[in-house]
Amino acid sequence: MSAGRVGVGVLLAALVAAPFVPMGGMRQYIFHVLIQIFVWSFIGGAWALMGRFGLVSLGHGAFLGLGAYTTTLLWNFFGLTPWLGALVAVVLTAALAVIVAYPCSRFQVIGHYFGLVTLAVGEVVRLLIIAERDWTGGSLGLTVRPAGADSLVAVQFADKRVFYYAALVLWALGLWVWHRVDRSMARSAMEAIGEDETAAASVGIHVTRFKIAITVLSAVLTAVGGIAYAQYIAYVNPDTLAGIGVSLRIVFAVVLGGMYALLGPTVGTALTIALAEVLRVVFGITYVGMAETIYGLLLIVFIIFLPSGIYGSVRDLLRRRPRSQPAAPVTA
Amino acid sequence: MLELRNVTAGYGAFTALWDVSLDVAAGEAVAVVGPNGAGKTTLLRVISGMIAPRAGTLTFEGASLTGRPAYEVVAHGIAHVPEGRRIFPMLTVADNLKMGAYLKVARRAYAESLERVFALFPVLSERRRQRAGSLSGGEQQMLAVGRALMSRPRLVLLDEPSMGLAPVMVLRLFDLIRRVREEGYTILIVEQNVRQVLKLVDRAYLLEAGHLKMEGRAEALAEQDFVRKAYVGL
Amino acid sequence: MIDPIFLAEAAVNGLLLGGVLALLALGLNLIFGVIDIVWIAYVDLVMICMYAVYFLVQVYGWPIWIGGLVSVGLGALLGIAVHVLIISPILGSAPVNQLLATGGLLFFLQSFATFLWTTDHRSVRLTLPTLEYGGMFLSFARLVAFAVALLVMLGLFLFLRHTYIGTAIRAVSQDREAMALMGANPRTVYVVTSAVGGALAGVAAALLIIQYSVHPFFGAAFGPLTFMICVLGGLGNMIGAFVAAFIMSEIISIGGVVWSTEMGYVIAFVIFIIMIFVRPGGLFARRA
Repeated sequence: MSAGRVGVGVLLAALVAAPFVPMGGMRQYIFHVLIQIFVWSFIGGAWALMGRFGLVSLGHGAFLGLGAYTTTLLWNFFGLTPWLGALVAVVLTAALAVIVAYPCSRFQVIGHYFGLVTLAVGEVVRLLIIAERDWTGGSLGLTVRPAGADSLVAVQFADKRVFYYAALVLWALGLWVWHRVDRSMARSAMEAIGEDETAAASVGIHVTRFKIAITVLSAVLTAVGGIAYAQYIAYVNPDTLAGIGVSLRIVFAVVLGGMYALLGPTVGTALTIALAEVLRVVFGITYVGMAETIYGLLLIVFIIFLPSGIYGSVRDLLRRRPRSQPAAPVTA
Repeated sequence: MLELRNVTAGYGAFTALWDVSLDVAAGEAVAVVGPNGAGKTTLLRVISGMIAPRAGTLTFEGASLTGRPAYEVVAHGIAHVPEGRRIFPMLTVADNLKMGAYLKVARRAYAESLERVFALFPVLSERRRQRAGSLSGGEQQMLAVGRALMSRPRLVLLDEPSMGLAPVMVLRLFDLIRRVREEGYTILIVEQNVRQVLKLVDRAYLLEAGHLKMEGRAEALAEQDFVRKAYVGL
Repeated sequence: MIDPIFLAEAAVNGLLLGGVLALLALGLNLIFGVIDIVWIAYVDLVMICMYAVYFLVQVYGWPIWIGGLVSVGLGALLGIAVHVLIISPILGSAPVNQLLATGGLLFFLQSFATFLWTTDHRSVRLTLPTLEYGGMFLSFARLVAFAVALLVMLGLFLFLRHTYIGTAIRAVSQDREAMALMGANPRTVYVVTSAVGGALAGVAAALLIIQYSVHPFFGAAFGPLTFMICVLGGLGNMIGAFVAAFIMSEIISIGGVVWSTEMGYVIAFVIFIIMIFVRPGGLFARRA
């Protein structure tokens, strides 16, 4: 596989060197897209930490929104640096994750029911944000108070390249976490749980503890991703950062790319963002809603005809081996 | 009446039955015995269409039923009383029996079938408005059998009917199965309770780890060692 | 202190709203109970039917009751279409794929509606009176909607209890394999269930369009509420959904009067989160 290793090395080098390559007028746009890809891949990977073990959450928007709004509100109203704001956000997000994960794992709420519970939670967060419009800005969203100049404390920079490298690091961090989980006891335990919870419990695997742990990890990472995105865009909005819309998009990107593979979320995210950009360019303002319509249609068609994801299928084709993913988890 | 030839079947990567062939003639009562995990339940599920065989053929009254889905197999006259009874717990006894007669042919003869079932199992008539889930184990078994009879089958498959029942109930149950047989139904019964079932049937097969090990008249098999040692004794 | 008349009025309005919400929740639960798949896009199907009634009644001038009947028929057809085209091919897939498929349908419906009819709110302008009773002002439209919803639910109950196919639907929801052993083609039962679920959506649409205006993102308003009701009552549990619908609608209605409309929703949501923690299987957890 050394050809692959070399390829990876070249790609990484290219990514690191990218900001110094002359790109002409497209520069800002390319960075914008790349930053989005890195941040959302990170978020997708965070979701996949749960998804790959059968814990399909349709409410990750809740963690995104909770994270992003916590830091933004604390900064806007109290001048608290997002670095500390992030700590607060992490604690709050972890708490929410436990609130959802603990009862669900104790009472074996899984599969569709779990999906629906998380969906409802995601929507609750979104609707709460909208309801409390006096201080959250409601559906109109909230702009991150400008610090005036480049500031590490405020995590605001005029130069996209800073955000580019930050996003790159974040993405790499996400891959590292995935890699560690993959190699850890948690992975074997969660797979055993996914296959047969009762059997897993009977050999001493503390089912509840693992489920909660993986949920909290996933939630916290997602929140961090949301914070990163909010700092970059400098604007938060309940529809882009909470609710079913964004939650479904994350899930689609990961499933498209393949949720059992390390780079699955990245591949899927890159493709969906590219798709979104293409659709936006083609349809733009002229046909309002047509871009999303095609998106939805493609989603359905894709799920029906290519259920194991692009990355998973291509990789297996190259290696000429039957499905390399573990047996699908048993769910209700 | 029923012919299985070289049937191989299993679940996923696991094969539960290897090259099994068996026959059941009309009017007979045949048993398949064997230890836990031998593949007995899988055998019945292949016959009733709940799972498709990987290899081999299944013929019933001359018609090929290989790989046909369960709802089609019933229409050909095979009723399966599944392992664990699988009655509809939230429906009443009467509704359970009504569901048994789902087939159009069965619905036309509904009243008559119901009378027959109540004659065989009077307790079901008494409890007809009761929720099936609240019946005792033995009563649920009777309901499961009665429900199968409602589809007007010619062959009845019974999967471990004695499982989970008290010894007294088991004796009663086998008595009832004898009466069902006397009504003219052909029976294929899978049981762990070897001694009791061999008293009930004409012929029996011994299945071990997916392979058919022995076959013969019930009296002859009853003499064998494995029965004397008995997997599950009463 | 809040005038008790306002409270009483809110309570009654909550009751009236609960009727239609219960109808929505029942439709969703019926499908889940039998087919074991949640139609994320269920309320968006309602939205489409609402547009249908709007165009028939407001634009073409048909009488409302015919519009309602068309809505029911359309709902049933949409239900069957969704099942045959989207659900049936993925029946054996992993839950995540199944959820994504109906999620994709949600995107598709909301966006296509935006494309076709823009985001303008459309309403059916029926001159229905406001009734006064003991100092409370109640909308006639609401009362009619409530009454019809109750009647339809009663009809559903009778259908499930006393008809052959209705009992078969109940049986399949309890044990799919066993029902196949009775000679029931699961596919037929699924299609009928989808048609009934869709028809219920059609009824709800007709009842909602006379009270609210429709727009492509109507599902974003009523969808989450419906899902919460289903979770609260226990997914698959019809009686649970029925009760939960009224609980939620009362909280929203009374909370809306005592504090504000927003707070009413906020309180309902918070109670929902608490309930998940306390009894995630639903108030009447039934499904094993």
